[in-house]
Amino acid sequence: MSNKQTLVVIGNGMVGQNFLVSLMASEIKDNYNVVTFCEEELPAYDRVHLSEYFSGKSADDLSLVEEGFFETNNITIHMGDKASSIDRAAKTVTSEKGVEIAYDKLVLATGSTAFIPPIPGNDREGCIAYRTIDDLDEMMATAKTSKVGAVVGGGLLGLEAAKALRDLNLETHVVQFAPRLMEAQLDDGGALLLKQKIEDLGVGVLTSKNTTQIVDGDTCKHKMVFADGTELETDMILYSAGIRPRYEIADACGLDIADRGGVVINDQCLTSDEDIYAIGECASWNNQTFGLVAPGYAMARTVVDHLAGGQDEFTGADMSTKLKLNGVDVASIGDAHGTTAGSLVYTYQNGVDGVYKRIVVSEDNKYLLGAVLVGDASGYPTLHQYYSNEIELPSNPDSLILPARSDESVGLGPDALPASAQVCSCFDVTKGDICTSIEGGCTTIGALKDDTKAATGCGGCAALVKSVLDCELEKAGFEVNTDICEHFAYTRQDLYNLIMVEEIKTFGELLEKHGSGKGCEICKQAIGSILASYWNDYVLDDDHVSLQDTNDTFLANTQKDGTYSVVPRMTGGEVTPDGLIAVGNVAKKYGLYTKITGGQRVDLFGARVDQLPPIWQELIDAGFESGHAYGKSLRTVKSCVGSTWCRFGVDDSVGLAVELENRYKGLRAPHKIKFAVSGCTRECAEAQSKDIGVIAVEGGWNLYVCGNGGMKPRHGDLFATNLDKETLIKYIDRVLTFYVRTADRLQRTSVWMENMEGGLDYLKSVVIDDKLQINDQLEAHMQHVVDTYQCEWTTTMADENKLKRFRHFVNSDKTDENIIFVEERGQIRPANIEERALALAEEA
Amino acid sequence: MSQWVDVCSVDDLIPHSGVCALVEETQVAIFYMPEDKAVFAINNFDPFSLINILSRGLIGDIQGEPMVSSPIYKQRFSLKTGVCMDDETVKVDSYGVRIEGDRVEVNLGAV
Repeated sequence: MSNKQTLVVIGNGMVGQNFLVSLMASEIKDNYNVVTFCEEELPAYDRVHLSEYFSGKSADDLSLVEEGFFETNNITIHMGDKASSIDRAAKTVTSEKGVEIAYDKLVLATGSTAFIPPIPGNDREGCIAYRTIDDLDEMMATAKTSKVGAVVGGGLLGLEAAKALRDLNLETHVVQFAPRLMEAQLDDGGALLLKQKIEDLGVGVLTSKNTTQIVDGDTCKHKMVFADGTELETDMILYSAGIRPRYEIADACGLDIADRGGVVINDQCLTSDEDIYAIGECASWNNQTFGLVAPGYAMARTVVDHLAGGQDEFTGADMSTKLKLNGVDVASIGDAHGTTAGSLVYTYQNGVDGVYKRIVVSEDNKYLLGAVLVGDASGYPTLHQYYSNEIELPSNPDSLILPARSDESVGLGPDALPASAQVCSCFDVTKGDICTSIEGGCTTIGALKDDTKAATGCGGCAALVKSVLDCELEKAGFEVNTDICEHFAYTRQDLYNLIMVEEIKTFGELLEKHGSGKGCEICKQAIGSILASYWNDYVLDDDHVSLQDTNDTFLANTQKDGTYSVVPRMTGGEVTPDGLIAVGNVAKKYGLYTKITGGQRVDLFGARVDQLPPIWQELIDAGFESGHAYGKSLRTVKSCVGSTWCRFGVDDSVGLAVELENRYKGLRAPHKIKFAVSGCTRECAEAQSKDIGVIAVEGGWNLYVCGNGGMKPRHGDLFATNLDKETLIKYIDRVLTFYVRTADRLQRTSVWMENMEGGLDYLKSVVIDDKLQINDQLEAHMQHVVDTYQCEWTTTMADENKLKRFRHFVNSDKTDENIIFVEERGQIRPANIEERALALAEEA
Repeated sequence: MSQWVDVCSVDDLIPHSGVCALVEETQVAIFYMPEDKAVFAINNFDPFSLINILSRGLIGDIQGEPMVSSPIYKQRFSLKTGVCMDDETVKVDSYGVRIEGDRVEVNLGAV
């Protein structure tokens, strides 16, 4: 015990903490009593993602310290206490609060401070550095009384700070000393495009501005005066003009300091004192300081290795970086400016899409030296691999930045990477490390992250890690598990076939015959949906109700505050004045928020469960029926007004839309289904973006299938042309039934089509040519669904037993006091957390 | 301190699903698995969506552990302990619950 040495770490920032974690993971962790000083009131947090503090992340979320880390590892941490001096002769460290610790080994991780330009007036009130969580709190407080904000510095952090100000609704300006943004990483072309994109976001960008003084403003609190005679009025100023290493404590005890600042270190990260190391932004290696975390982490690893008697050397750092800046992709690799002698440049510029790509290659055109990507950084992982692993370029290197015009793929597949290739530069994880981890049983991204730490830093390599994983699994002959969940070793299609062939009518029967356990939310919903598609029984039957998620259980759409929204069906978007008045009266009576949906109907929000039955009674009395907005089922058939009114209309789109909606309403499917019908090729109903789209043409109806909007929009494929109505309906019957039978759970028609072997041609051969000889079956199934349609609300209103469930408490008529609304633009909306707390406090 | 409070009849429970009861001031989600004659009680408040809704989740089991899946963001909670199975640092309170004859009783003090 007593022969343990004492190791002191000054600074608990990102690098200091990373050092502690590396040390505790090493074999020498028991050789030292470890003591660390942390000047801030919070242990290490993620400074790289500081701006996420504004988008709702808490200080806790940003923390880099696992709960109990210091206790578990017996590390003594002095929080909120700054180490103030080092006595190298006595080998002691003394803190501001008077703690004195004798050390055997000392690690300086004192980091850096924001550089405040030495301008008269730079310390006026509301002029703040952008560096720590305390700074952010001060900045938010200042922003409350400000209308205009300026950020000094147009580098990475400066632009992030500008985004934060913009999000706080300030008129925002970036003031850059250099002639271009991100001058270290980007060339002129890339920086110019970035400037345009930042300006498009409503942020002003001033370049080549040398601020000479800050004085009282005329219209704002301050006025920045520039050397070229121009001025900028602003209420607050954020400094993000780079960083300066903090080395006062090292300087004071006589350690060597570099000319340009920073504690001088050698390849082992030792300072001029052989018992003192320096790592991270405070250290100067080869007269260079590093303002990124990856080099700091590399230094931390070097020190741990050196303490353990190893020979590792810090050899400089790859300063390549990729990030999303205010939604704009930006990446820079290596020698972005092409300063290497003899280097050659390829540039691709696309003014239409706002994309700029430039690569710098070696004199012999064989190796990548650097790159700049703005507007589209999807090529970064591949380019970075070429660069960092010195892989020989293809004979036409420009193919790496030109858009793919055909099927040829120019990406560097994970298989082409050597085992030594570094995949994650934050934690120095190679492809070999990942492969070893996979062989060791980590076959999911989550397990790989836990085991190797890959993709847990900046996250830039996540896609590459995933593709290495997929590639390795495939090579190892792993069969990807397609079981729907642990209770059924079947796919959704298998389950559908079992239900169909064995005529199974309940979940219990299927579980008994083919499953195990009690089921879960995944298989219950999927099987509930299949049973509803196939048998079309009432979903709230005793046998089915426990399979429905809360939307189907209450036949309404759950909203974020636990209330529901109500959508009565308005076929084809048609509604009579009396109908509209009735809907309006219901909304008014129950105080519901009212909005028009994209599917041409009216949505009423904010109904409590106990209000749903009386609301529906009134809607049913007024002639409405359920709109099935809550189900994975047919939603709406949107239409334009068509030939009935429109002078361009070719056919009656509304009439067809009403007929189609009435035919397919209530059809349960793997996912929601939307239709639209346009009366001419002007396509006002946007039918080509729907699962089923119909467009009137002179020769009949054109049918489009498998389009959708949503997260990944897809145009529908033209399936058949000039159809008469009878054929059109037959085709739709068949396509939909085939989709319901063969799609995966929660798979929209678009993805179903894209995953179908043979694609559109195959679907045509099934539906038009009856290749599988199942069209009679498909049509008969659809006819069954049509014949057994019921309005679920009408059925429910007639059943006392079912209505019992429509109350918040089983044993009380009280309502949920947590549901609270406030008014906005003349209607209700759910109270946010602060408003809710306030309202509950007032009540109490 | 702890005592059993009569809440509702067994017929008021929904087989393979949940209901919410008001016990003193607490919202208690009660789930019923009739095949095992098992009842479970946990707090109705979903710590992820911050609303009272767990009683409306789908129930089942994961590796034999009975669970409910929140209807809002789908996190799963053990019906026995209230611990979130997707993030074990999060837990909702669990309570004592039993069937006496045809009545359901809850005990906020028991687990």
